[in-house]
Amino acid sequence: MAVPIVCGIETEYGIIVRNVGGGEVAESNPMAASSTLVSAYVSDLADQGRGVGRPHRVGWDFEDETPANDARGTPSPYAYAPEVESHLVNAVLTNGSRYYVDHAHPELSTPECRTALQALLYDRAGEEILLRSMRVAPQFMTPGTEIVVYKNNSDGKGQSYGCHENYMLSRALPFGTLVANATAHFVTRQIFCGAGKVGTELPGVRRDAVAFQISQRADFFEEEVGLETTLKRPIVNTRDEPHADSRKYRRFHVIVGDANMSEVATFLKLGTTSLWLAVVDAGAADRTHKFARAVPSLRAVSHDLSLSEPIEMADGSTMTALEIQWDIYRQCAAFAESHGLEAVGPDVGEMVLERWRSVLEGLESDPMSLAGQLDWVAKYRLLDAYRDRHGLDWDDARLRAMDLQYHDLRPEKSLARRVGLETLVDPTDVAAAMSAPPPDTRAWFRGMCLQRFADDIVAANWDSLVFDTGASSLRRVPMLEPVRGTRAHVGELFDSVTTAAELIAKLGSS
Amino acid sequence: MPEREQIKKQAPARTEEVEVEDLAPSESGAKIKAELDELLDEIDEVLETNAEDFVKSYIQKGGE
Repeated sequence: MAVPIVCGIETEYGIIVRNVGGGEVAESNPMAASSTLVSAYVSDLADQGRGVGRPHRVGWDFEDETPANDARGTPSPYAYAPEVESHLVNAVLTNGSRYYVDHAHPELSTPECRTALQALLYDRAGEEILLRSMRVAPQFMTPGTEIVVYKNNSDGKGQSYGCHENYMLSRALPFGTLVANATAHFVTRQIFCGAGKVGTELPGVRRDAVAFQISQRADFFEEEVGLETTLKRPIVNTRDEPHADSRKYRRFHVIVGDANMSEVATFLKLGTTSLWLAVVDAGAADRTHKFARAVPSLRAVSHDLSLSEPIEMADGSTMTALEIQWDIYRQCAAFAESHGLEAVGPDVGEMVLERWRSVLEGLESDPMSLAGQLDWVAKYRLLDAYRDRHGLDWDDARLRAMDLQYHDLRPEKSLARRVGLETLVDPTDVAAAMSAPPPDTRAWFRGMCLQRFADDIVAANWDSLVFDTGASSLRRVPMLEPVRGTRAHVGELFDSVTTAAELIAKLGSS
Repeated sequence: MPEREQIKKQAPARTEEVEVEDLAPSESGAKIKAELDELLDEIDEVLETNAEDFVKSYIQKGGE
């Protein structure tokens, strides 16, 4: 049984503290800086009297967090499940997203979205939230210092941080079928959603053994399937934490992707993946591409700018990443004909297919023609031209600095903002999405409750809200159905109440 | 690990040089060259002034 694909994206940002105008600040603590960033944003909202009311009161509710659950069944005693750090700053925003500190990074998880285009909109809103945070943070910092945030995945010295995607699928889908088909896409989709990187960070390999590669993340993956996210990272992550009715749904947690500056790349990453997963979820995939060795292939694809290197398949044949992508595209286009695109939203589904095809055609005929659409191509073209003009080696610090600066979120500094990347969402819509939730998932209910009744909410998480309305006990409102609690579903109810107590009473009787 | 050794052998710097040349000329035409030149002039003004220091001080802890 296919379910509507609900998706979202969570980005961990790189963060540095520096003197205004440049220069390192001695002994800066990234965890403290990340907390300052989130707190500064929340306090700025409160100062403006909009948004989250008394936001510091709305904590994250960890009761249902079970990151150690393994989709394959019994967890391995040797697996390192991620720790839930409940003491760090956590904010739930009125647009339904979660803005918090994860390890030593600020992280923003978009609300649950119904389409790839909507998730792109909220990812962009997330960038603007981080940017605003940077602008207001200095008032809480040592004078003359500032925080700068980067939307990338590596420091170029072997440390990586993630950009994770989530897709809701049906529980009935056999996990093995999901793993095989997802892996085929994850190893090869980087040819259009890689963010590009100078050098390699493979342990034991000289940094300049690779001049420039397609993906930021490929160097950091060591396993095909597993539960970890920080050690021995797997191409397919098995965390089984649905944040929804676990009898019906699975949340497929994807950790293999790069954070993208290009809207087209983010859209394609989410769009092609949700469409392909819809095909697999419906049992409509007619060909599964299995690799002889998926991990080395992931790296080989990232290192092959010519896109022509043959990948060794399990059956002894070879295929290129482009050939595999064309075949996955073919299956998705056939699915659109036979099943329709309801699972991913019909209009957005059509848009995904059209863009996917044109990008694959571009990669086939002339990758550089996509410099206005794809991050790795845009970055490569810029750095290569600079290298050419100044006669530099690829390992030159100036090119490595440009690689980092490509991802600087400040428009006046970001190189990504200067290379003429096509945009897909309207800046006015992005600004609105910083505070308004998407209307067609449960994020609408969460966001509206925070907009109207923040003073009565004591805790929130993905699948519940806890209210204190002055009654003798706290009231927990479960939200186990991600496509309920929409504007269509509870909009009228919201309009008819003036207090949280009234809302809860009416919810109980409806 | 054997796979790492293999990558080392497969990807000496020379190979990359060849790929770079393969890719670059595909964008022929004075117009594109002029656009890129203009972009390079423009970004010269926003680039981090001390690239070496900037790269060195950009240190992150692992995440996720």
